Amino acid sequence: MKNFQVAVIGGGIIGSTIAWELSRYKIKTVVFEKGSDVASEASKANSGVIHSGINSKPNSLKARFCVEGNQLFKQLSDQLGFSIRFTGKYVIAKNNEEIKELKKLKQVGKQNNVPNLEIQTEINEPNVNCEAALWVPTAGIVLPYQMTVALAENAAINNVKFLLETKVINIKKQNERFLIKTNRGEFKSNIIINSAGINCKKIVSMLEKPDFNIYPCRGEYLVLDKDHSNLITSMIYPVPQKELGVLGVHITPTIEGNILLGPSAEFINDPDDKITTKKTMEKLQIEAKELIPSLPDIGVINAYSGIRCKLAPRNQGGWADYRIEESKKTPGLINLLGIESPGLTAAPAIAKYVNKLVSKHFELKEKSNFKIKKQQKRFNELTKEEQSRLIKKDSSWGRIVCRCENITEKEIIEALSNPLGAKTLCAVKYRCRAGMGRCQGGFCTQHIVRIMEKNFKMDVKQIRLKSPDSYLFTSRNREVDI
Amino acid sequence: MSNYIVDVAIIGAGPAGLAAAASARENGAKDVLILDRNGWLGGILPQCIHDGFGVEETGNSMTGPEYADKYIKLIEKKNIFVMAETMVLSFDKNRVINAVNKKGLHKIKAKSIVLAMGCREKTRWNIMIPGDRPSGIYTAGVAQAFINLYNIIPGKNVVILGSGDVGLIMARRLKFEGSNVHGVVEILPFASGLPRNVVQCLDDYDIPLFLNHTVVNIKGRERLESVTIAQVDEKMNILPKSKKEIRCDTLLLSLGLIPENELSKNIGIKLDEATGGPIVNQFFETNIFGIFACGNCLQVYDTVDVLSKGAKHAGKNAALKTKNKNKEINVKPGKNIRYIIPQKITNSGKINFTMRVLKPEQSVTLIAKINNDEIYKKKLRWVNPANIVEFDIEINDDLLKTGKDLEVSLDA
Repeated sequence: MKNFQVAVIGGGIIGSTIAWELSRYKIKTVVFEKGSDVASEASKANSGVIHSGINSKPNSLKARFCVEGNQLFKQLSDQLGFSIRFTGKYVIAKNNEEIKELKKLKQVGKQNNVPNLEIQTEINEPNVNCEAALWVPTAGIVLPYQMTVALAENAAINNVKFLLETKVINIKKQNERFLIKTNRGEFKSNIIINSAGINCKKIVSMLEKPDFNIYPCRGEYLVLDKDHSNLITSMIYPVPQKELGVLGVHITPTIEGNILLGPSAEFINDPDDKITTKKTMEKLQIEAKELIPSLPDIGVINAYSGIRCKLAPRNQGGWADYRIEESKKTPGLINLLGIESPGLTAAPAIAKYVNKLVSKHFELKEKSNFKIKKQQKRFNELTKEEQSRLIKKDSSWGRIVCRCENITEKEIIEALSNPLGAKTLCAVKYRCRAGMGRCQGGFCTQHIVRIMEKNFKMDVKQIRLKSPDSYLFTSRNREVDI
Repeated sequence: MSNYIVDVAIIGAGPAGLAAAASARENGAKDVLILDRNGWLGGILPQCIHDGFGVEETGNSMTGPEYADKYIKLIEKKNIFVMAETMVLSFDKNRVINAVNKKGLHKIKAKSIVLAMGCREKTRWNIMIPGDRPSGIYTAGVAQAFINLYNIIPGKNVVILGSGDVGLIMARRLKFEGSNVHGVVEILPFASGLPRNVVQCLDDYDIPLFLNHTVVNIKGRERLESVTIAQVDEKMNILPKSKKEIRCDTLLLSLGLIPENELSKNIGIKLDEATGGPIVNQFFETNIFGIFACGNCLQVYDTVDVLSKGAKHAGKNAALKTKNKNKEINVKPGKNIRYIIPQKITNSGKINFTMRVLKPEQSVTLIAKINNDEIYKKKLRWVNPANIVEFDIEINDDLLKTGKDLEVSLDA
């Protein structure tokens, strides 16, 4: 039996940010994550946008945490070393009807204290077609998986226990403490933080009858080759589709120089159905072309989808506010319900708020030995002098393994040495970007597998793509079946 | 940072790079340097353990490693300098190459550069196959590397999409290793690999070839569980009633190859949309002076024999650096021709052409015209998109002076 004061369920951006906030204090915290790494669901499959707050209803929690969160990114990024860029965004109006919508958005933004909004008729994006656009300078981009990993790894080196591939099966309340049954044994905790994302209702159901429902809404994306990175410099959004409570298919540059098209919005029944569909892939390209007519037909290097956790169904407009509260029926259960967009932006502010809820149970005493591990710059971002110095120190800096993105052997080894113990091919990819380029791992997979075998003594049959059962190989040549 | 000055620098030590290097040396280049990102020489050849290499060139059928070995020995004999496990990060119009390896950063100034970077495989997303994103989806070449270089088997129940040569070879290879190969699925009405491979890899092992079919869905949230295949009509529309789900744990993709020209594009080397490789003149020189191209980064070859021949040509010209005359004519693909190389002719002489057709045909006449005057004619028994067509035409100064396009076409 292992005892903790706080058990966080779900290692997405929300759970990881909360874990990092708590790791400053003398509190025994555990994070249960059913995936093989943090950020393995919606936190990795979104637009990677630091939202400004123009899209959330005034006085909602969404608006409040979005605007507060946005202001915390600069400091967080400086502290932990993950990359952000305030590219700004344009909301594009193609006719007079849509210009009216821009004025409404600007009004909402003003009410939410979003600074420097401006409606322009001449915009700084030569490839974009529009009548007018709302310029939102405080919107930016971030790599959501890199940010989640940075927060989680920093929490881990400050003694938050991360248990990957650990699924919560049941929870009981026993003498003021929670008894948590998982596939990896039983744990006790005084407080539970339910940051299970799309599975938040399942967790609540283990303790009480939920007074809400979850409406999964799938969003599909396409990733374009870096060849097209000069098409835009800022984010290009259409006027939001009101009836779905989503922002519509937009065109987003990424920190790494790719372009994202998406997301679509489709209400589905199965919250795990993260497929991409022919119909939507085609639709995304058509809709994106309405914003940028010169968008190429070819150049897609990947497609993915993420599931939004909505508290309102389609026929009610799809919009509902976040619910972040301690359960009245089950004291000690802190629920974070319906955390969809702008959840990534809101995460730092939400975590501070959750800290306050936790502090009602425990006195939060700061640790004297709180450590920071800053994300290092990539080899290909360094100056020649810095590169030479590193190679002299450790020659594995000089061997390029991922040739599309110029990622070195040393970076792969460091990714695999992460404090969370995540060792899948995707764990490598999301940490150092090997395999994320245009060949999609065609050249580097064999070398990464060799590093896993040689440096980490992993058996090839244990090597997996992304999740507990996503094994890569079945056997050695001429070997009996496993 | 180390600095070097060489006569000819060759980027890539696959079959093209090795042949080009040997030829550059034979034609007078003193310092020849080959750079390659792998720790071995021969590029893809060491994983191609099947035979059939070198038949046209030597009369002997060799395996990939044997064929590579022949050239590696030649390179050693000729004192050609090799930097292995060295990644070229960039090069410029002045032929200065920046590279990195475990010893540090290197700057190499070359009188000529030969591009021999090879190609990469198309992925699932080049043709946007919808569905789940499980493990168990490999490009055929990656699967081949795992099986032949590392003794690792990717899966037991296999479907192969695309009938390129690597896909056909892998169908047989997996069968040898005891995997169940359910079939090769090809969207076109004909196989895209060489006819001999269809016979020797599929027919001889009772592996079905589903022509006019494609994969329309992928299922499996963690490991691949099944693929759905369906028939297509002449316009490539999917026929919904023909959908069939095949349970499998592995999908190999043999969808074709893309010449690797990211570095070339960065310095303004012009590419041919049809080949994906640089536009070259008869010396295999690109639009940038002193930079030559050969091998699969110039065009995707179907046999190593023809590839090596072209690479030797590029290596020789990189060493000789023949001055281009000021006249130049363009070579244009006509009826049923997908592309033709070289795309430009700058000097008179006997020019060796390689080209690919768009669709298979029987008894056709290859006709080359300048200014509507027929200058060359050849009867061909058959043509097939999988097989490169090769021929020589004598181009004299008078033809060059016209400045008009040379158009090559196939007439029934």
